[in-house]
Amino acid sequence: MRNKQWGLGLFSLLVYLFLLGPLLIISITSFEPGTVLKFPPDGFSLHWYRHIFEVQMFPKTFTTSIIISLIGNLLSLLLGIPAAYALNRFSFKGKDALNAAFLSPVLIPGIVLGFTMLKYLLVTYHLPLYAGLLVGHTVIMLPFIIRVVGSSLSSFDFAIEEAALSLGAGPLKTFFKVVLPNIRSGIIAAVLIAFLESFNNVDISLFMTGPGVSTLPIQMLTYVENYFDPTIAAISVLLMVLTGILMFGIERLMGLSYFTKR
Amino acid sequence: MKKTYLYWLLLPGLLFLSVFMIIPIVLTIGSTFFQAERFTISGYVDYFKDPYFLKILLTTLEVSVAATLLSILLGLPVAYYISQKAPRRKGILLALAIFPLLTSPVVRSFSWMIILGRKGLINNLLVDIGLIDKPLTILYTPVAMMIGMLHLFLPMMIISLVGVLENIDGDLMTAAQSLGASRAKAFFKVVFPLAMPGLIIGGILVFVGSLTAYTTPALLGGKQRVISTFLYQNAMTLNDWYSASIIATIMIVITFVVVGLMNKWANKLNPKG
Repeated sequence: MRNKQWGLGLFSLLVYLFLLGPLLIISITSFEPGTVLKFPPDGFSLHWYRHIFEVQMFPKTFTTSIIISLIGNLLSLLLGIPAAYALNRFSFKGKDALNAAFLSPVLIPGIVLGFTMLKYLLVTYHLPLYAGLLVGHTVIMLPFIIRVVGSSLSSFDFAIEEAALSLGAGPLKTFFKVVLPNIRSGIIAAVLIAFLESFNNVDISLFMTGPGVSTLPIQMLTYVENYFDPTIAAISVLLMVLTGILMFGIERLMGLSYFTKR
Repeated sequence: MKKTYLYWLLLPGLLFLSVFMIIPIVLTIGSTFFQAERFTISGYVDYFKDPYFLKILLTTLEVSVAATLLSILLGLPVAYYISQKAPRRKGILLALAIFPLLTSPVVRSFSWMIILGRKGLINNLLVDIGLIDKPLTILYTPVAMMIGMLHLFLPMMIISLVGVLENIDGDLMTAAQSLGASRAKAFFKVVFPLAMPGLIIGGILVFVGSLTAYTTPALLGGKQRVISTFLYQNAMTLNDWYSASIIATIMIVITFVVVGLMNKWANKLNPKG
């Protein structure tokens, strides 16, 4: 039976080539010495990597993206951990509905979220641009935090918590000394996944950026509209390195099986 | 811990989502039914009579359906292949499928601009081997969008399918074959029905993802509009917020209908889960 697998193997190889080939091609073209993006490149140069830092908007929007993702992450942890705890610790009426409500931001089309937030948060309620961006990113990170933290809470044995409580520790002390350390790796993994989700977000940021405030993906889109040089290819390589590092972290902390569970 | 804490734990998150997400959405949907302070559905009637809008809707649906079907066609064999592998190989193959998924959609769409462009990889190759004289127009067509969407969402199909295929007992295939079924027959009669729930979830993710994606059509679609770029154009270029709100509502309705129907179907097929 084994030898019949080769056809399937070859097919899979071709599909992987389709998935990863473009990423490899974009990486190779980033070393193009000339001004026109082409494959194969005419030579080898790091010119375009230097260029990223010369176009001021790139380092600037990169910093904005990082700050928004980090603060948004912190906010969604503060909102999400208690909710995930409640949803996994207790059984109560309407739990499924609440669970669905907390995960709903992934269901609403991102572009719709962005537009409605622009319309009401920025224009009607005059939230400052930066705050709107932060709130929008927090909304989309929240479901990931709740899901990932929730899955590590669901495998936590709450009998340990009962033991601490019965020995006289207060509920807060028990949470911080007993529960939190046990789900630490789940929390860090949740942070990494939410970070990538926010850092790569286009749909919300598209509406929440304006004069002086922009994120890296939006800056990249704007750049591509005007230039077709290898700068974006070079940034892509740096972003892929970042993705690879974070993915390695997720793998170490909770395994990649998170992604195959729905 | 006492149950009275329950509501205090849930409240901050719910309040946050209500104020910053649910209320804006509800108000947006509500606003589409009022023109000059009077209740009306004429906004929707006008849209569904407008051939330009219908064409956009049709293109969007076509591209999404094509991306979904192709992702099943390409994803199912790959997921089956991965699920058959020993843990170590499986881990590597899964990681290779997840990596593009976590990579920025801007990066992934841009990579297809290099490949499909007039002076892109494919055109250069075809001209070099003499198959065509003039470069083909691939970029900025629905086909380019479809390829971009497939690239964006195929990994989701693969990993959802691996999730269910892993849990199917390999002995079932062996048993079916020992009873005389061919390999293909055994697969389609035994494994395929059991994989259905994963297929449907993967299908939802690919279909809804393609239906609502912005970056890929914006970069690969050129002047071709799909519903999400049309929403953006109405809101930000034309400043026609009434139209944008109608399009937003239509997108929400389509998404919920598709997800609802597919979920129902999945539950029917899988009474256990």
